[in-house]
Amino acid sequence: MPRGKPRHCSQTKRTGHLVDLMEFQAKELFAKHGVATTLGVVADTPEAARAAAEEMGGVTVVKAQVKAGGRGKAGGVKIAKTADEAESYARDILGMEIKGLTVNRVLVVPATPPVEEYYFSFLLDRSNRSHLCIASVEGGVEIEEVAKTNPDAVAKIRVDALEGVTPEKAAAIVDEAKFPAELRDQAIEMVQALWKVYVEEDATLVEVNPLARLEGDKLEALDGKVSLDDNASEVRHPDHAQFEIREEADALESKAKDKGLNYVKLDGQVGIIGNGAGLVMSTLDVVAYAGEAHGGVKPANFLDIGGGANAQVMADGLDVILGDEQVKSVFVNVFGGITACDEVANGIKGALEILGDEASKPLVVRLDGNNVEAGRRILDELNHPLVTQVDTMDGAADKAAELAHQA
Amino acid sequence: MSIYLNKDSKIIVQGMTGGMGAKHTTLMVESGANIVGGVNARKAGTTVELGGKELPVFGTVEEAMKETGADVSVAFVPPAFTKDACFEAIDAEIPLLVVITEGVPVLDTAEVVQYLEGRSTRMIGPNCPGIITPEESLAGITPHTIAGKGPVGLVSKSGTLTYQMMFELKDFGFTTAIGIGGDPIVGTTHIDALEAFENDPDTLAIVMIGEIGGDAEERAAAYIKDHVTKPVVGYVAGFTAPEGKTMGHAGAIVSGSSGTAQAKKEALEAAGVKVGKTPSETAALMREILQNL
Repeated sequence: MPRGKPRHCSQTKRTGHLVDLMEFQAKELFAKHGVATTLGVVADTPEAARAAAEEMGGVTVVKAQVKAGGRGKAGGVKIAKTADEAESYARDILGMEIKGLTVNRVLVVPATPPVEEYYFSFLLDRSNRSHLCIASVEGGVEIEEVAKTNPDAVAKIRVDALEGVTPEKAAAIVDEAKFPAELRDQAIEMVQALWKVYVEEDATLVEVNPLARLEGDKLEALDGKVSLDDNASEVRHPDHAQFEIREEADALESKAKDKGLNYVKLDGQVGIIGNGAGLVMSTLDVVAYAGEAHGGVKPANFLDIGGGANAQVMADGLDVILGDEQVKSVFVNVFGGITACDEVANGIKGALEILGDEASKPLVVRLDGNNVEAGRRILDELNHPLVTQVDTMDGAADKAAELAHQA
Repeated sequence: MSIYLNKDSKIIVQGMTGGMGAKHTTLMVESGANIVGGVNARKAGTTVELGGKELPVFGTVEEAMKETGADVSVAFVPPAFTKDACFEAIDAEIPLLVVITEGVPVLDTAEVVQYLEGRSTRMIGPNCPGIITPEESLAGITPHTIAGKGPVGLVSKSGTLTYQMMFELKDFGFTTAIGIGGDPIVGTTHIDALEAFENDPDTLAIVMIGEIGGDAEERAAAYIKDHVTKPVVGYVAGFTAPEGKTMGHAGAIVSGSSGTAQAKKEALEAAGVKVGKTPSETAALMREILQNL
């Protein structure tokens, strides 16, 4: 198994995202592990879609590639009888927005009309701290609906994390899901192959809907959804980097990622910098409450600078946040745990020096915890026109909201 | 009294000689915790001086336990090797294993948690600040200077919110404060900690801090309703987090309708838990309870 360079445990700058793959990427992983599927051709222009359809001949399906469900309902999946049609559908679909995501590529696959449609998935079961298999012979529709209307048709089977899916377990799954007898052997093989995708790629979700029974009783994954565990990708799957598609990301998020910052863009006016994911989430909430009294201003982002709030990290963070045109004020909320507040204060001071005139919006700083007096003194002495210190988290949130509202 | 950790705890550190391990072993020694050694197969037989204490390095957890009588291990092992380090400690039957390491693949954690079933080890973490019993012992990275001993038990998913809450209630103090970690799967859950605090005679009231994602808080709420007689105050972070976006902790992702902060708050309130809107308000609610005890 390929191994990335071992990363030491740190309290800083982890993204911790689950990476959702697009259908064509999921299918690549399916094929790699022996799950029957048709890869098709990815096209980013109508002409390329046409060429692909011509090459395939016959009826094709043109499918929008975005990381969102409900593509069919949104008009992002069309059956094309001819290459002309494939081109024209691709023209409609490319550039379309599905759940706020722009479609930049379509997948063209030969149409393989299913005789029956099933549902299958492996996923991380947080509640039971293990893995779960969900399977149903009533697929092709939203499984949540089936689970509601006909719960007996949905088999939920716990998978032991140490034992995994043995041939016996796969057989038990297939039988419990009531797959047709004539497909039993094929289904058992496919279940094992899908487990290989799940466990060897370190996925937290592998979903096939529909898992189709084609003419001639062939089982095939007609669609696929895979979420990868980013922790595992960093530790042992350097090849997963190829799945990252940056164009969907917000420009600021992209910039933050380049700087190794854990940043999520939101829709608001108060920029947020803090240390520790929990505290930053809490800061967003406190700012949103405070904003209710100040014209409804909201937090503009999530940014966790972790434990080591040195000048460069602080400067990088401020730089990203100040690049957000919506931002009218910035709230720096740091609780000095291991990191001392004087280091953080020096970080802010250094960041303001690095940024110079680029720093143009008011900064409300709340420091507490380890070495707080020294930290506050440094900022008092700095006496920077943009910096206001407030002693409490609630008070500082109120001040930052007020400044954002006034601006 | 306290939970899981007390003045008699003898602590070893897996990964003591690494950067994070050395730094935090020093801080643990300085806090007064009884650190008795470390584990690193390649440096077995040597000693390391940390925090003014000469600490022996052993080849295995088993050997370290045999030589020192250690009953707690704190792991600062890189994420790629965390699973093996956990298996080693569990096989050696260490009573308490605290895994600080961030970035552990979740499938590894799932295996470790499965392995714990029917075995004698309690694991806290991974991706957590660990556990502190103020003025007695520290197994983790929580600053020992924030708060002293007192009647409050604290259990939290988040490290910095643990610190914040200890700071807010430092005039009362804590029996034990435990950060269980923000990953989707962790060894010790809110419910485990609630049960232990309920059974600890010195803990008079409990603060429980949760955040978006999963249903641990909802399950804890159901547990509190049926099993906890002591007053519990709750706080949940992430009301403003948008759906489908990860907020730092791998666990802190809202998908679909469950796992939202609002749902967690409602579940806790239905179980008779007072829930604060902010950390300060939560502390104020606890203050009120403590003053009336």
